[in-house]
Amino acid sequence: MAADDLREASDHRLRMGIEEIFRREAGRVLATLIRLLGDFDLAEEARQEAFTAALEQWATAGVPSNPCAWLIQTGRNKAIDRIRRDAVFRTKVLEEIAGAETQPASVAAEADDDSFGDDRLRLIFTCCHPALSGEAHIALTLREVCGLTTQAVARAFLVSEETMAQRLVRAKRKIRDAGIPYETPEPPLLNERIHGVLAVVYGVFTEGYAATAGSRLVDAELCGEAIRLGRLLDELLPANQAVPGLLALMLLHDARRRARVSDTGDLILLEDQDRSLWDGSKIAEGLTLVDRAFSIRGQMSPYAVQAAIAALHVQSRKKEDTDWQQIVGLYEVLLRLQPSPVIELNHAVAVSMVDGAERALNLVDSLAARGQVSEYHLLHAARGRFLQQLGRLRESREAYCAALGFATLEPERRFIASRIAHVDKSLSPI
Amino acid sequence: MQYLLLIYANEAETAAMNPGSRESMTAEYMEFTKSIIQGGQFKAGDRLKPTSAASTVRVRNGKVLTTDGPFAETREQLGGYYLVEAKNVDEAIAIAARIPGAKLGSIEVRPVWPPMT
Repeated sequence: MAADDLREASDHRLRMGIEEIFRREAGRVLATLIRLLGDFDLAEEARQEAFTAALEQWATAGVPSNPCAWLIQTGRNKAIDRIRRDAVFRTKVLEEIAGAETQPASVAAEADDDSFGDDRLRLIFTCCHPALSGEAHIALTLREVCGLTTQAVARAFLVSEETMAQRLVRAKRKIRDAGIPYETPEPPLLNERIHGVLAVVYGVFTEGYAATAGSRLVDAELCGEAIRLGRLLDELLPANQAVPGLLALMLLHDARRRARVSDTGDLILLEDQDRSLWDGSKIAEGLTLVDRAFSIRGQMSPYAVQAAIAALHVQSRKKEDTDWQQIVGLYEVLLRLQPSPVIELNHAVAVSMVDGAERALNLVDSLAARGQVSEYHLLHAARGRFLQQLGRLRESREAYCAALGFATLEPERRFIASRIAHVDKSLSPI
Repeated sequence: MQYLLLIYANEAETAAMNPGSRESMTAEYMEFTKSIIQGGQFKAGDRLKPTSAASTVRVRNGKVLTTDGPFAETREQLGGYYLVEAKNVDEAIAIAARIPGAKLGSIEVRPVWPPMT
């Protein structure tokens, strides 16, 4: 009895250990198999078969010294077997893969960390290739690089699993049919493509950060995956200010996630947040990255500037201590680098903290007069706030009502409605 | 892999070009074509007569139906093409970006199925 129990317990431990290895190595194994086999679906099947074989063989023979290389080698052999069985493929594909087979040692030799890193970087550049649609970028990255299940990716996009599966199938077919390469671009093209990749990573993050529908768990998961991708890029890419800049920006935002929404699901503005809920270790990491980003010479990156603004916000222990003067300056830099109505609006809000509501109102009115953003709810909400501060309550109420008319997200609507109620209280004679 | 690079432009705008620009455009095209022939990527390439010269043919119930004009009325029209050999879509995109017409209209990059064996 006791011996059986012992064996069972040790089997269980072994199994848990093997599963832990699978979890840790899944991404690397897939990325390398895609390179070796040149096909996403074939690589996924091969990885699955390698995992199944490992569960059987490692239980008796023990875990090999380099499990990752074992899984890649086994996966590749399984794929070759599969192709041999499949007469349709027999002609061309086999010749290509078997060409690599003549040097079996090469796979094991490649099983050092550097080449795995390279394979995952290749995979990111393939998934974020500009010849694919924006929707496909995020979905493929989450599925193939982060290893999320199709179901989890579907939940993040609020579409059915079937729809997402179709989208992934189409994207993988496009990669194959259009000849989208599985490689990290060479320097002149690399700098151009990095921006697309970073935009996808930031898109994953904002999808998780701004999403107000769907389960909270998925939201946090997306932010976590985006940060993980940011860390990977920061580790693998040559010095480029945008990479640590983006990673810092995500960490500094994510550090405030718990303080951003109340227990009842209402939005809490930065100035009203409980600063003790902010995540100190994420803030510390973010601040170090901001410093590193600014120590890299070259073109200033909008991500790094935004991260510097976020850093100034989190560095003040009380809201009164915020260095608004410097924040105004950074927004002016950002406006030169990447002019946009949203940044103009944020700049105006910062100006209101330094020079008062009157000047800020002028800035917002001139932005509104240019007419591109007349339906942007936050523009009207900002006008409402400045007018309220100036005591022009009736105009303030009108502006808040306009904001409510254009807002679509429930927590934002509730927030604007509470502002209107606040103005109404000041307007009422009692 | 072979890629067909389809050159689309607004015919009315092209027709309204002044002779000087037209001449320099032609020179740029000759220069470009020469460069991809020397680079070994060129397989074929031609300039097409305008869509006013086009006919569209359909066979329905065994009958040939011919109509005047292109298959579809669009803002930009197919005006020429290159068939090129490229390692992958990045190389094809890089070639497409060097086509002089890319500055005026747009280039569609279409991979070609390999011939059936």
